Amino acid sequence: MLSQFFPTDLSLGIAQAVIAAIISLLVLLLSYWQRLSMEKEIFIALIRALVQILAVGAVLVFILQGPLWLGVIILLLMMWMAAREAARRVSGIPGAVRVTFYGIFLGSGAVLVVMTFLGVIKWQLESMIPVGSMVISGGMNACALALDRFRGEVESHTGQIEAGLCLGAESEKAVMPYVQKAFRSSLIPRINALRALGIVWIPGLMSGMLLAGSDPVIAALYQFVVMAMIFVASSLSAFISLHLIRRYIFSEADQLLLQSKHQLQK
Amino acid sequence: MDQIPVLELQALGREAQGKLLVADINLAVMPGEVLAITGASGAGKTSLLRLLNRLDEPTWGTVLLDGEDYRHMEVSALRRKVGMLLQQAYLFPGTVAENLRFGPLQQGKHISDDEVDKLLERVGLQGFAGTNVSRISGGEAQRVSLARTLANDPRILLLDEPTSSLDEANRLSVEDLILDVIHHNGMSCVIVTHDLAQAARMADRVLVLEAGRMLKVGSPRKVLHA
Repeated sequence: MLSQFFPTDLSLGIAQAVIAAIISLLVLLLSYWQRLSMEKEIFIALIRALVQILAVGAVLVFILQGPLWLGVIILLLMMWMAAREAARRVSGIPGAVRVTFYGIFLGSGAVLVVMTFLGVIKWQLESMIPVGSMVISGGMNACALALDRFRGEVESHTGQIEAGLCLGAESEKAVMPYVQKAFRSSLIPRINALRALGIVWIPGLMSGMLLAGSDPVIAALYQFVVMAMIFVASSLSAFISLHLIRRYIFSEADQLLLQSKHQLQK
Repeated sequence: MDQIPVLELQALGREAQGKLLVADINLAVMPGEVLAITGASGAGKTSLLRLLNRLDEPTWGTVLLDGEDYRHMEVSALRRKVGMLLQQAYLFPGTVAENLRFGPLQQGKHISDDEVDKLLERVGLQGFAGTNVSRISGGEAQRVSLARTLANDPRILLLDEPTSSLDEANRLSVEDLILDVIHHNGMSCVIVTHDLAQAARMADRVLVLEAGRMLKVGSPRKVLHA
C-alpha cells in the first residue's frame, strides 16, 4: 500500500521507518500508563538506534566501494571493539582486553580466514563485512558469557581453589572445574539457537534473503552455514579466552589474585 | 647440638592495595614445636599464616624452610611440605576417599585403599572412605580435611582457626585429634586462633600480633598471663 504513495526506494524506506517508529511509541505509552518511568530511556534508545543504523548505512555506501584491505581493517577494528566490550565483564583483571582480543581474533578470525579461503565467504566487501560482523559478535557474546561465569565461579569458590593449591595442585588444575563450567555455559545459548533454528525462529539473514527474493532453500543453506560459523567462532573464542584468563588471575607463584579483596578485610 | 629451625621467618611483611597487613616478623619455629598466633580481629593473623606456605606473596623478607629460601623452591612441593587447613573444610565434590587421594594425585601418586583406611583411622573416621562428602557433618568434614592434608605427609601443619566453625564438643575433640596427630607424626605446627584458652591448651609458644606487628612472643604462661 505504501509503495503507491512513495514511488522511490528512499522515500519508501523513510515511510517504513516512520511507521516502525510510531508503532514503537506504543511501548512508550505503555510505560507511561504503567508508571515504569522508562519513557525517556525508551525514547533515547529508539532515536539512538535510528541514528546509529542510518550512520552505518551511510558509511557503508562509501566503504563498499573501497578496496578489499579496507574490509580487513574494519574487521580488525570490530574485533578490538568486541574485545573491549567483552572485557568489561571481567573488569579489574589486568590484561582482560588482551585476553578477549586474542580469544576473538584467534577464534572468530580463524573461522573467517578459513571460510574466505575456501570461498564460502566471498572475497568481497559486501560479503566479508556483514558475515564477519555476525561471526565477531558471536565470539564477543560467548567470550563475555564465559568470562563472566568464570569470574563468578572463581569468586564463589575461592575456598575450594585455595584448598587445592594448599594440597600442591597447580593453578590450572585447581580452577579446571570452573573453566569447564564456564565453557559449558557459554555453549548453551549457541546450541539452543541451533536447536531452535527454523522451528522457533527464522534468523535475520535468511529473512533478509527471502525478502530480497532468494530461493528459500538457498537462503536456508546459507543461513545454516552462517550459524555454523558463529557456533565454531563462539566456541573457539570462549575456549581461548578462558584458557588465557587463567594466567591473569594467578601470580607466577600460583597465588590466587582475585581474592585479594577478601584478604584485606581479614 | 643446635637444631635448625623448620621455619624461619626473616623480616617477613606484606602490603596489599596500600594497606599494611604484616610487618617485620622475625621468628623461628623449631621441629615438633606448636606455635599459636593470636591477636585481635584484623591484627594480621591469617595474613601472616598465608605467607608461610606462599599462598600470598611477601612484600618484604622471606621464609626459610629447613634452611632453604622458599622462593627458590617449587611452589607445589613447598605447599605439600607445609600443609594448611583453612577455616572451613572446603572439601571437593565426591567421596571422602577421592578427597584424600587429591594431594598425592597431583604428583602422579595413587594411594591404595589400605592407605586411605589408615588415614581415616588416624582421624577417627573408619569406614567413611566411600561416603559422599555432602552427607557428613561439619566436624567430620574438618577431620576429612585434616586427613586430606596428612595424605601429603607434610613436615609442618598450618591451621587457620580450624575449629572456629564447630560447636564446643566438636571443637575440643578436633583440637585433641590435631595435637595427637602432630605429636604422633613429629610435625611442627603454626595455629592461628583468637581463642586464648585454645592457644594455652595447644601451643608451646604464643605470638601476639597487633596491627600486623609482633607485640609479644613467649610461653603461653608468660604471654597470656602477663
